[in-house]
Amino acid sequence: MAHAHESNTKRIWIVFGILSAITIVEVYLGILKPESLHLHGPGTSWLNWIFIILTLAKAYGIAWVFMHLEGENKWFRRSIVWSAVFLISYLVTLFLIEGGYLFDTLSPLVRW
Amino acid sequence: MEAKIAVPIDKKDTWNGGGAKPYDASYGKMMMWFFILSDALTFSGFLAAYGLTRFKFIDSWPIADEVFTHVPFVHGDFPMIYVAIMTFILIFSSVTMVLAVDAGHQMKKNKVTWYMFATIIGGIIFVGSQAWEWNTFINGTYGAVKTTEGNVLQFVKDGKQIALADFVVKPRADGRIQHTTNNGLWFESEGAINTYSVAQVIQAYNENPEIQVRTELIDLDKKEKAILSREEGALQLAKTKMVVEGANLQANEYGNTSFSDFFFFITGFHGFHVVSGILINIIIFFNIILGTYEKRGNYEMVEKVGLYWHFVDLVWVFVFTFFYLV
Repeated sequence: MAHAHESNTKRIWIVFGILSAITIVEVYLGILKPESLHLHGPGTSWLNWIFIILTLAKAYGIAWVFMHLEGENKWFRRSIVWSAVFLISYLVTLFLIEGGYLFDTLSPLVRW
Repeated sequence: MEAKIAVPIDKKDTWNGGGAKPYDASYGKMMMWFFILSDALTFSGFLAAYGLTRFKFIDSWPIADEVFTHVPFVHGDFPMIYVAIMTFILIFSSVTMVLAVDAGHQMKKNKVTWYMFATIIGGIIFVGSQAWEWNTFINGTYGAVKTTEGNVLQFVKDGKQIALADFVVKPRADGRIQHTTNNGLWFESEGAINTYSVAQVIQAYNENPEIQVRTELIDLDKKEKAILSREEGALQLAKTKMVVEGANLQANEYGNTSFSDFFFFITGFHGFHVVSGILINIIIFFNIILGTYEKRGNYEMVEKVGLYWHFVDLVWVFVFTFFYLV
């Protein structure tokens, strides 16, 4: 392992800084909820899209740097990441479509 | 001598792959990764089910930053702040973990020990925070009533939610007392009874013209819960079946029951992972002090539990987004 004896301390703190900054931005937007982002957007609000993209960015930082996927064998990494990404996208897509269908079917029956 | 060894010599290396290293990864590390993959799929299942239920009730789901507004030792309304602090604590304990792994690569026993210690402390603070969060959620803040149709009605004054205690001032008059073994029904147990009766709440509503009823229904143009007029509110209140204070698996004052079910289940399952992560970290911590890995010549074990600990952090990042932010 090439990385075995050199220290990555500086890089770790930089990644920590990035992850913290992303979290601060998320919370800031979550509290502020600017109307232009909160009430408009394709599918869901722009705000939700921002949250999802920032979350994926954080997940990338944790998996690649902290869990050191970047240093693993390429196909080992792919056997993990691709399995997760494909299965989860499939699952989430179907579940959300079904959820939307349930809403369309059942909400006319609810009296408020 | 050879006959007394329980494990045949040529199989002694099974737990480290016997020298075979597919993908250049050791046996333990590879299996940890595949365990993490399967666990990730489990959590995705939970979160996807949450997504389905939320989409099913998209016009009436509780708004998370109206639910999680408390910070320990501080009074007031601080949506999201405490959850954000918890997220920081977990990310930070992930950093000390990766620093421990880094120090392990350089065989610096002292550094590994202290970083590992910091990681465990971070984990304990996180679990403690989660326990506090559960406690706050279960006890509730405002209180609400539930109609026979299952809708939760909250009370607002000048557009801001107020607690039952703020406007129901008269003492409970229906003479309802707690069932106990002395005075109650035999073999019938009963949870804590509510502070207020339905009749009392309705009476207080009628006596306070500035109080309005808020329903679960979301006004999609403003993304806020709809507030009813006084007359509509009285009509809804007439259908009231019970008073709800706080949250449990059958009812919660925040709105849809599934919301609290998912909250308990997903954050509970994550909390269970944190607790087991702390226990594993403690075991490894003592092994480091005992010099086990120094003797072994490598700190790969720290790396492996590190993977698990980072995974716990990774899951929280998603729970944070999909439960609290989106």
